[in-house]
Amino acid sequence: MSDKDFVLAVEGLTVSFDGFKAVNDFSFYVEENEIRVIIGPNGAGKTTVLDLICGKTKSTEGSIKFCGKELTKMSEHGIVHAGVGRKFQNPSVYEDLTVFENLELSYPKGRNVFGALTFKRSQEVLDAIQETAEMVFLVEMLDKSAALLSHGQKQWLEIGMLLIQNPSLLMLDEPVAGMSVAERKKTAELLRKITKDRSVIVIEHDMNFVADIADRVTVMHQGKLLSEGSMNHVQNDPKVVEVYLGH
Amino acid sequence: MTNSSPQRLLTPKEIGSYAFLALILLVVLPMSMDVFRLNLVGKYLSYTFVAMSLVLCWGYGGILSLGQGIFFGLGGYCMAMFLKLEASSPENTAIQSTPGIPDFMDWNQLTALPWFWEPFNNLGLTLLAVVLVPGLFAFVIALAMFKRRVGGVYFAIITQAVAAILTILIVGSQGMTGGINGITDLRTLLGWDIRTDDAKFILYFVCVFFLFASLLLCQFILKSKLGRLLVAVRDTEERVRFSGYNVDNFKIFVFTFAAMLSAIGGAMFTLQVGFMSPSFVGIVPSIEMVIFCAVGGRLSLFGAVYGVLLVNFAKTTLSEAMPEVWLFALGALFIAVVSIFPDGLAGLYKTYLEPTVDKIFGPLYKKFKQILPSRGSAVKSN
Ligand SMILES: Nc1ncnc2c1ncn2[C@@H]1O[C@H](COP(=O)(O)OP(=O)(O)OP(=O)(O)O)[C@@H](O)[C@H]1O
Ligand SMILES: [Mg+2]
Repeated sequence: MSDKDFVLAVEGLTVSFDGFKAVNDFSFYVEENEIRVIIGPNGAGKTTVLDLICGKTKSTEGSIKFCGKELTKMSEHGIVHAGVGRKFQNPSVYEDLTVFENLELSYPKGRNVFGALTFKRSQEVLDAIQETAEMVFLVEMLDKSAALLSHGQKQWLEIGMLLIQNPSLLMLDEPVAGMSVAERKKTAELLRKITKDRSVIVIEHDMNFVADIADRVTVMHQGKLLSEGSMNHVQNDPKVVEVYLGH
Repeated sequence: MTNSSPQRLLTPKEIGSYAFLALILLVVLPMSMDVFRLNLVGKYLSYTFVAMSLVLCWGYGGILSLGQGIFFGLGGYCMAMFLKLEASSPENTAIQSTPGIPDFMDWNQLTALPWFWEPFNNLGLTLLAVVLVPGLFAFVIALAMFKRRVGGVYFAIITQAVAAILTILIVGSQGMTGGINGITDLRTLLGWDIRTDDAKFILYFVCVFFLFASLLLCQFILKSKLGRLLVAVRDTEERVRFSGYNVDNFKIFVFTFAAMLSAIGGAMFTLQVGFMSPSFVGIVPSIEMVIFCAVGGRLSLFGAVYGVLLVNFAKTTLSEAMPEVWLFALGALFIAVVSIFPDGLAGLYKTYLEPTVDKIFGPLYKKFKQILPSRGSAVKSN
């Protein structure tokens, strides 16, 4: 099978922080329109894998191919332009700006200095912002400062900021952390809606949520792949039960 | 006003702010002061360029520069070099062993003009150099630092170090720079004697003109998407970076722009005060500028202008009365700003005075709004 069949092909990925291998010879493959969930105990290296994919951390070894393009040598913004969007574990939005402005800045236009100086709020931009705000349940909040949003709403806003860029691979680090049960439900719905035309990688600890959304699950432990397959398969894997689910 | 309504370069309220500042600078001060005092205000106004530059790069961009004196000084030196060459005509310097070169070069046994002085025989090149030399220098510093992801406190310390090094270099190469005394005894600009009261009066208005032009330019930048990006970078740089922006380039831009703005202030200083010296380049003036900006309010361009004026009026008054107290007063002021009113005078104005001002002028703004055509197309509002 060639790499081209996968949206994302990670092979032999290793990163060493002063000798400590946070990710160790890790490989996994994500298909088109797939929702992949990565689970694993705290410190397993899940966030670090996303850091490596989006270029925040440079890998020590291994390759990351996205639609046939090698990401390990690309700049952070280059990786975004290629179509990879990433939500951080702690919701990071621009608190001093309004929800509208948060989305506006994420709209993929005028991304260099000159473009930013001459950027105009065209109808197209306004429509995209409106549409995205509707999708992430924040239309009412458009003119509010992002600092006033609840924790869950910040998570949604950050997802919206990624959606407006229309990435072909969306990576979400614990998107429902800190959300109420009702908010989790809405988020699961949202995720199913937005994966219609893209692949999504989700890191999550909430097993109900995982069961709800995952096409396939990858289990990490101490930087390595522990198990992979359907939710059912993974849940019944004795290795997984021992290090993670058994607790 | 909602976010999605079309943006104007100037809202009626802002036009009010400009009008008020213009009233003070163009009418009240020139009518109530003698030329000596007005020239002093002109000197303060040359610092406002630096304060505005700090609003952009520190207040909005979160890049604290403790070395704006570098660029103020370089701009000032470029202007001073032109004026010095004009003052050092062979006739004026006939008694020197090498006539036609600046006096301090002659005193230091130089017999020819150093190569880098040559362009400053030409006013056009000089005016270009005033903005381009500091601009290029800032660009190189910013490129080296921001591409390596040096930021925050480390960046501030490096700007401080550069300010110190530049001062030492200038002081150390007396023959080429005038050393610790700086470049003094400047006389004419293309034959026009800048030491006269008339010239000082005119130069004050030139300075005010550049001040307003700079205010408008800064406001244009802050109102563009780039302005909001600066705030975003200050808040969460990572998020901006992973939204597809090359954040380093934006930082380089704003730092370089700030340097050029400061340099214009430096050139206006030289023209109005009639000399330039290393004491405006180093660490102390650089930090003083940051204090001016903080007192005025680092998120407000107008605040920065008023902050500079008020602190400097206080400085002049206080140091005439009790010179030894001034530095302590300045320190106390800075601590007060940082700990009690972090948004400076602009913040105080906003909380206590603005509501009243709005009440008085509100109807006027409304009328104005109807007259002014809005920029951009009509847009549905949410
Ligand atoms: N830049 C870094 N330098 C040194 N060690 C790091 C760095 N980044 C991550 N680590 C370490 O790598 C390990 C994996 O961290 P990571 O954040 O990827 O875990 P995680 O699986 O996301 O955990 P959690 O479920 O708690 O979010 C941890 O032990 C962490 O301390
Ligand atoms: Mg994590």
